[in-house]
Amino acid sequence: MAARPPHRKKSYWRPVLESIASPTLSIVILLVWQVGVPLAGISDFILPTPIAILERIAVDYRMILTHSLVTVLETLAGFAIASVAGIALALAIFYSRVFERAVYPLLVALQTIPKVALAPLLVLYLGYGFAPKCFLALLLAFFPIVISTVVGLQGLDKAMIDLVRSMGANEWQTFFKIRLPAALPSIFGGLKVGISLAVIGAVIGEYVAAERGLGYLQLQAGAQFDTTLSFAAMIVIAFIGIVLFWALEICERRAVFQREPAK
Amino acid sequence: MTSTSASARTHGVRVVIADTRKVYETRDGGELLAVDRVDLTIDPGEFVSIVGPSGCGKSTLLSLVAGLSPPTSGRITIDGEEVKRPHSKVGVVFQTDLLLYWRNIIDNILLPIEIKRWPRRKHIERANELLAQVGLSGFGHKFPSELSGGMRQRAAICRALVQEPGLLLMDEPFGALDALTREQMIADLQTMWLAVNNTVLFITHSIEEAVFLADRVLVMSPRPGHIDLDRRIELERPRKWRSRAEPKFIAYMTEIREIFEAQGVLSKQ
Repeated sequence: MAARPPHRKKSYWRPVLESIASPTLSIVILLVWQVGVPLAGISDFILPTPIAILERIAVDYRMILTHSLVTVLETLAGFAIASVAGIALALAIFYSRVFERAVYPLLVALQTIPKVALAPLLVLYLGYGFAPKCFLALLLAFFPIVISTVVGLQGLDKAMIDLVRSMGANEWQTFFKIRLPAALPSIFGGLKVGISLAVIGAVIGEYVAAERGLGYLQLQAGAQFDTTLSFAAMIVIAFIGIVLFWALEICERRAVFQREPAK
Repeated sequence: MTSTSASARTHGVRVVIADTRKVYETRDGGELLAVDRVDLTIDPGEFVSIVGPSGCGKSTLLSLVAGLSPPTSGRITIDGEEVKRPHSKVGVVFQTDLLLYWRNIIDNILLPIEIKRWPRRKHIERANELLAQVGLSGFGHKFPSELSGGMRQRAAICRALVQEPGLLLMDEPFGALDALTREQMIADLQTMWLAVNNTVLFITHSIEEAVFLADRVLVMSPRPGHIDLDRRIELERPRKWRSRAEPKFIAYMTEIREIFEAQGVLSKQ
């Protein structure tokens, strides 16, 4: 444990400073951006100001909302399938040694393939619609969910198993009373990484071939040298990622007991 | 602390360990004899301590009695019933408390009740009674992280006792505690046991702990573990802090110490 410098006294202002540090930094960056761009003589075409981007989002909100909805649906569908399949696969890997030996190397190999390279192929196989984007989101989210679930399940103290076995627990009870709750923090870690990647997967899918979605919108904006709209799409993509991540964190807070350090 | 309702009394079970061996397979394919031909009968309501050096197989012996792993040869019975899986009348206290951090103390104590699918409501009262006995009344809704190491281990003992076990197995339960806490825990364990009076198999590497608590002390040899001495401890109960200064107490300690010297576990000084 890293000790703090001994003579630094805890001041009254420190907690206040800590809580406003992040918003302050964001505001400073936005201010510099807003004021600096016109001062430096950079045109909107190269780098639009934050206010210009926000104005554009406000003006075109209907169109942006329509495209956002498409991207969100692709992301959520891919993520949902990745979660169910990923946790199921993790359970199989955990409970079966043969399965672990057979599937693990394959899984790692799959992970090393650049998913972006797969996107054109997916279009070829699955068409231009919803499916390839959903599949790409699934593909990106899958790996972290599987790995963190396996790691969470394997991390359990073996003595815990002896404890519940001594009480006469069967494997079913052992799983639901001990293994799953103990693995939940790790599983949620994987889900949170997964949802962020799922957004990226969906957008990459839209870059390659699409008629809808924020990736498509950004690509169109780029082709028409509409930099402000391109930035607007990017901001909305980031916003979606943050909101989905938060939503998962709220679920986590409800499902997982926050472990405090032992006294 | 001594007021315990009659309903809380449990009857101890008889444990018979007959010619039992345990061989482990090592990673390199070799064999490791952990427990060598142990023959032992524990009477109902008897408190038996096993003392021995680290790695002598005493914990292995305990896990055999707990039904957590099968003996390689021999037979272990509890009240005449052969142990093939964890027995419903057995409660185990491990070296660490193993409390589930996501459950509060009461829910931790009721875990065996849940697993055995016994009615929860009927046992909440017993759980609170046990908590009161170990000086933890009012801590039922705290979480393990809010308790000290000694308090957590007390809760772990309550968790084992809530099942009203006829046999309590304790695997170096105070090994992870500081010396002062340990002292108090030993005294409290005696009080609790006098109230319940079940059969106890208590494993320790402390000679003093073994003599203070037990009706019988068994001394195990270094691996392969077998029993070198079986000594009945005839000291009045309840034993007190002062009992340790009694000549008889010291004589028992010396006798056990000499066994360890003969084994080469302790050097002669």
